[in-house]
Amino acid sequence: MSAVNPVFQTPDFAPASAEIVVLAMACVILVADLFIPDRRRWITYGLCMATLALAAAATAFWVPGGTILTFSDTFVSDPLSRLLKLFTYAVVATVFLYSREYLRARDLFKGEYYLLAIFATLGIMVMISAHSMLSLYLGLELMSLSLYAMVAFSRDDPVAAESAMKYFVLGAIASGCFLFGTSMLYGVTGSLDLGEIARAVTVMDELNIHLLFALSFILVGVAFKFGAVPFHMWIPDVYHGAPTPVTLFIGSAAKVASFAMLLRVIVEGLGAVQESWSGMLVVLSVLSMGLGNVVAIAQTNLKRMLAYSTISHVGFILMGVLTGSRAGVESALFYTLAYVIMATAAFGMILLLSRQGFEADELEDFRGLSRRSPWFAGIMLVTMFSMAGVPPFLGFWAKLAVLWAAVDAGMTWLAVTGVIFSVIGAFYYLRVIKLMYFDEPETAGDIVAGAEFRLLLSLNGLLILVLGIFPQGLIALCNQAIAF
Amino acid sequence: MELSLLSTLIWLPVFGGLAVLAVGDRRAALSRWVALGVSVVTFVASVPLFAGFDRTTAAMQFVERHPWIERFRIEYYLGVDGISMPLILLTTFVTVLVVIAGWKVIRERPSQYFAAFLVMEGLMNGVFASLDAMLFYVFWEAMLIPMFIIIGVWGGPRRIYATLKFFLYTFLGSVLMLVALIYLYMGSGSYAIQDFYTFPLGMREQVLIFIAFLTAFAVKVPMWPVHTWLPDAHVEAPTGGSVILAAIMLKMGGYGFVRFSLPITPDASMSLDWLVLVLSLIAVVYIGFVALVQSDMKKLIAYSSIAHMGFVTLGFFLGFSILRRTGGLEGAGMGLEGGMVQMISHGLVSGALFLCVGVLYDRLHSRDIAAYGGVANTMPRFAALMVFFAMANAGLPGTSGFVGEFLVILASFRANPWFAFLAATTLVLGAAYTLWMVKRVVFGEVANDGVAGLTDIDAREGLVLGVLAVAVLVLGVWPAPLLEVMGPTIENLLDLMVRSKL
Repeated sequence: MSAVNPVFQTPDFAPASAEIVVLAMACVILVADLFIPDRRRWITYGLCMATLALAAAATAFWVPGGTILTFSDTFVSDPLSRLLKLFTYAVVATVFLYSREYLRARDLFKGEYYLLAIFATLGIMVMISAHSMLSLYLGLELMSLSLYAMVAFSRDDPVAAESAMKYFVLGAIASGCFLFGTSMLYGVTGSLDLGEIARAVTVMDELNIHLLFALSFILVGVAFKFGAVPFHMWIPDVYHGAPTPVTLFIGSAAKVASFAMLLRVIVEGLGAVQESWSGMLVVLSVLSMGLGNVVAIAQTNLKRMLAYSTISHVGFILMGVLTGSRAGVESALFYTLAYVIMATAAFGMILLLSRQGFEADELEDFRGLSRRSPWFAGIMLVTMFSMAGVPPFLGFWAKLAVLWAAVDAGMTWLAVTGVIFSVIGAFYYLRVIKLMYFDEPETAGDIVAGAEFRLLLSLNGLLILVLGIFPQGLIALCNQAIAF
Repeated sequence: MELSLLSTLIWLPVFGGLAVLAVGDRRAALSRWVALGVSVVTFVASVPLFAGFDRTTAAMQFVERHPWIERFRIEYYLGVDGISMPLILLTTFVTVLVVIAGWKVIRERPSQYFAAFLVMEGLMNGVFASLDAMLFYVFWEAMLIPMFIIIGVWGGPRRIYATLKFFLYTFLGSVLMLVALIYLYMGSGSYAIQDFYTFPLGMREQVLIFIAFLTAFAVKVPMWPVHTWLPDAHVEAPTGGSVILAAIMLKMGGYGFVRFSLPITPDASMSLDWLVLVLSLIAVVYIGFVALVQSDMKKLIAYSSIAHMGFVTLGFFLGFSILRRTGGLEGAGMGLEGGMVQMISHGLVSGALFLCVGVLYDRLHSRDIAAYGGVANTMPRFAALMVFFAMANAGLPGTSGFVGEFLVILASFRANPWFAFLAATTLVLGAAYTLWMVKRVVFGEVANDGVAGLTDIDAREGLVLGVLAVAVLVLGVWPAPLLEVMGPTIENLLDLMVRSKL
């Protein structure tokens, strides 16, 4: 426990410059948006994009290198946090661009969507850089509350309202669990600082019952945010019920936050009791892969299918983390980034095909796409094969890295379980391809999206292919980002 | 950087395929010519592989080695030996024929059709040329994608069932192999296949790895009882797809056995050889009978493929029983050589038979044996060729089918006369089902108006079948060049097979 220093020291602001920029900009936009008439709403959009660009500049140029603790050790800036933040900006910017036309067509192009998303991004950034249970919790709540509101954002839609209620109630319970576990952890270790906790746990009896209770409750909170079985109940309803741009945000940027949370608390903070959480994560991982892949087969709604597919991918991410090894965490990081890139493309496709008064979120809506638009059918084909883990696409290398980590840790049986479930999972990805390529189109609707949307989505899809053939760069980035 | 031959053979068709795709369906004629050009150039480019091949060594030749993914120590590592080189030639050769065969027949999305075949050609060459296990796996799996599309888009009425079954069966087999490869990498510290050969493995590991490989390759070969995807896929696939499936894709299973199973897990292969032998003999005898009762020509040839591939796996795994029985390895090489020759020969013969069925199907749109009869009256030239290929399929001396079967039967005599007895039933059964089909389709009275109105094969079809007939005949009369190329590699393989890794 650090002694309380009676002299107030000015904290080092530089490591948190990106957060400060985003917060300041969010406040500015909040006020500015009030005075912008509806037809000039693109100004808000532009300001939000500028915020992300500024934050990226701050993270890339103003934040000093190396690992720095600041704000009384509640905030950490390390290579991992910088990588995850830069990735988050890129993903959020992509989400904004993909969402714009969808929102405009539905009269939802309001400042609130972008503002809430910026606040959620700030929450994600705080979570990524958290070095104390308190700052982590603050980031988590900032993100979650913004997301609850975003899900309910389409005010007149009863399905959205219902899923927002579910999300909120279940999310509140999970936050409560997390907080309860944190308080027990504080009782055991006497600190909220993750570094202190890690040190205290090292010298503790492995079978300290209070510690294990604390671990269990914290893990429930994390597993809920991640959507691992059996804490996955909210995922399908929220993915399905929320407006697609919000689903896109939850399915991409929020995943980065969940991963950061898992890494900060479980791997860094409670690394010493790896044997305990490893077993729990094995259960979560196997259940997630099993249930996610099997239930996804029964879905007819693409958003719901992708929700279950998310659950199964979470199982794979957990498989990497639970090894507790450096290679394992690195592979889980790689998997998370790869998954987010793929999920962005998949939800982007739904947004692309949606038009005024038409949601392209049913599987049937993709029927015969290869006739209507061979290029975008190709993009979706790449995305689906990549998610199924077929080479030469990005998703394969992510799976390979995780499987390697599992075999390396002596858990070959877990790797075998994983690949068998991924074969089961291949079926529903193939079904999407079957609909696009082998069936005749029923609706003759044209794609109305603008040029920049088409361009970015094409780049997104090509990225999956290019990173599948040359994955070295991304793998090396992940390797450098994991410090321990 | 000098132009490297194997990379050319992989990437020229892949990028050529993308070019064909870019030309598009609106300029279908142009896309056909581009596809033909690419495939011919690739074939011509593959000839130096045979001409410049050093026949005195078992070492890898035309090697290219560059780091690819350093974090996992995966390399872009290519090379060929006497086993893989003939298979690459077979691939480039058959692809040209497939492009010509699909020339007029494919009306729907022709550029995508040709592009898929060209991309697949490149990937298949990649499978045979890879010396890095992960590179091999990437090609092995990626190859499923174009095939999945080919069967699904241009296939018959039940194509969706067939293509999903095809994909999931092969995918299930290969993912287990993936875990085995990762496990081997943990031990040897590299994905280079030749490094897998040398490092020691305990019996338990060997058995598990052997089983993982067996699932992957048995599905691909396919061996009884995981063969059920093949008749479905064959029947529903368009003619070109059937040809590639039968001629090349099935060979990958056999290739996997000699490249991975035998040298990497020799002790497990030795103790579990009975499993493969039994499954192979079941394939030869039981599937032979199954073929006899088929009423669909494509299904009949598909089952005949399974029976013939049973011969291949039989030949590969005979060595161990020869060693046990005679204490020496004399004759074991014959089994391996026989298996290899059988693979090449079956590639040509089954491809030709599927093309023959395709010729008939294009005219009468039926694969039913009962829908034909007396074709020889209206299509004499075609009938001559089809009878010739049927003879080759039945293993008539003088055709390539005979060489492989004869070598394997000779080798199986040394192993166990009962094996030879069972294996030789194929000579009877093969002749029975093939010739009976030919009798019902080609000979007899003209069965109906459809047959009466048939026109004989045109120059394009004649060219494709004629070239294949020449190849079958040459290989049957003078197999020495092929055996010469394989010789040192097979010696080396025998050496690896019997060297215990425990």
